Amino acid sequence: MSLVENGAPEAEALLERVYGARPAAPRVGVTGPPGAGKSTLVAELALLLRRRGKRVGVVAVDPTSPYTGGAILGDRVRMSELSTDPEVFIRSMATRGSLGGLAARTEELAELLSGWGSDITLIETVGVGQSELDVAQAADTTLVVLTPESGDAIQSLKAGLMEIADVFVVNKSDHAGADQLAAAIRSALALRPKAPWMPPIVRTVATERRGIEELHEAIEAHRAHLAGPKAQGGRREKIRARLKNAIRERLLEAAWERQGLGALLDRAADQVLGGTVSPYRAARDLIERITDHGERSKN
Amino acid sequence: MARKIRVLVAKAGLDGHDRGAKVVASAMRDAGFEVIYTGLHQTPEMIVQAAVQEDVDAVALSILSGAHMTLFPRVLELMREKGIGDVLLTGGGIIPKADMTALRQMGVGELFGPGTSTTAIIEYIRGAAPGGAASRSAKAGSAR
Repeated sequence: MSLVENGAPEAEALLERVYGARPAAPRVGVTGPPGAGKSTLVAELALLLRRRGKRVGVVAVDPTSPYTGGAILGDRVRMSELSTDPEVFIRSMATRGSLGGLAARTEELAELLSGWGSDITLIETVGVGQSELDVAQAADTTLVVLTPESGDAIQSLKAGLMEIADVFVVNKSDHAGADQLAAAIRSALALRPKAPWMPPIVRTVATERRGIEELHEAIEAHRAHLAGPKAQGGRREKIRARLKNAIRERLLEAAWERQGLGALLDRAADQVLGGTVSPYRAARDLIERITDHGERSKN
Repeated sequence: MARKIRVLVAKAGLDGHDRGAKVVASAMRDAGFEVIYTGLHQTPEMIVQAAVQEDVDAVALSILSGAHMTLFPRVLELMREKGIGDVLLTGGGIIPKADMTALRQMGVGELFGPGTSTTAIIEYIRGAAPGGAASRSAKAGSAR
């Protein structure tokens, strides 16, 4: 897994071997604002799946600091109950730079977990920034977890978070405001164009293990929908996006390495810093160098 | 992409004082490490399973309960059993000098007492846990 995360040269052969060796385990993405109870929900879902004899993979994504490159991956704290079960494989993943292609790495880790033998893979990420969109891309079913406390936030919810949801979870639904939140989600959904799948709203109290069965049923219902004819277009679209990302990343990386772009970038940054060149100009010059080279090597 | 140093930071055993562990974990993050923080009351079994799954370069235990002579050897034994004996086991807490020496002889790495600067800990891990994760997985050829 580290090989894949680090983009090591051996990684691709490894993935190639794993891909298709077993039927891919379904992937459930779990996202929502900080403090919504995602980790606890994931732990409870995993426990429920374990009681039904399933092997469970978990990918827990936490943000990398853009300043230091470091990260604290703390999702295991809420998953203590799973932490000695050999049939549960939890892997924490830092988002690292955006250049790394988070969606691709998430997908790859999920595939490795599938190869390990997971029957279902849960992918958790905090819904701030871009990571939730990447996770939705990597997941078959995406749960968006909200709480009555985020009731106000729904007004300002980024459009993205509403659109990626296949299932809405109102967690902490024993708190005041749960009804209003559910109503707010329902009315937001009503404004959307009619789609073959309408996201259900499930109420849970994860800390008391309430609503987990219902949540599991909703996930299963969505899975059944995905297997049906109405969902084929969407799945094809996801695969297309995945291929596009893979190509973009490889092209970029190849160009980056061939040109020793790192060193050029340092020099350009110095020039911009010194005020001799504008950042726009510097970026354009660098792009020209890459494409020029590409043209010449063709001849 | 460049590989990152991954460190598991765990509070082993029964004491509930995690301030130190959190300070060290934050300092490691600021140094560019990926820190997997497991929280309080971890058993050796939990710690070692996490270390295997997370493919860490180092395991850092914080023990303030006085149970270090039990917990460190047990974690070390389980690590060897699970095939990650080459991962650095280090840590800190209220540990007498004589015990530190005894644990070192068993194969535990440097241990740090109160008053240690976080820089010293980070420098030590940088030096003592080089490239463990990636090279190990390559050797094992496993999906991990």
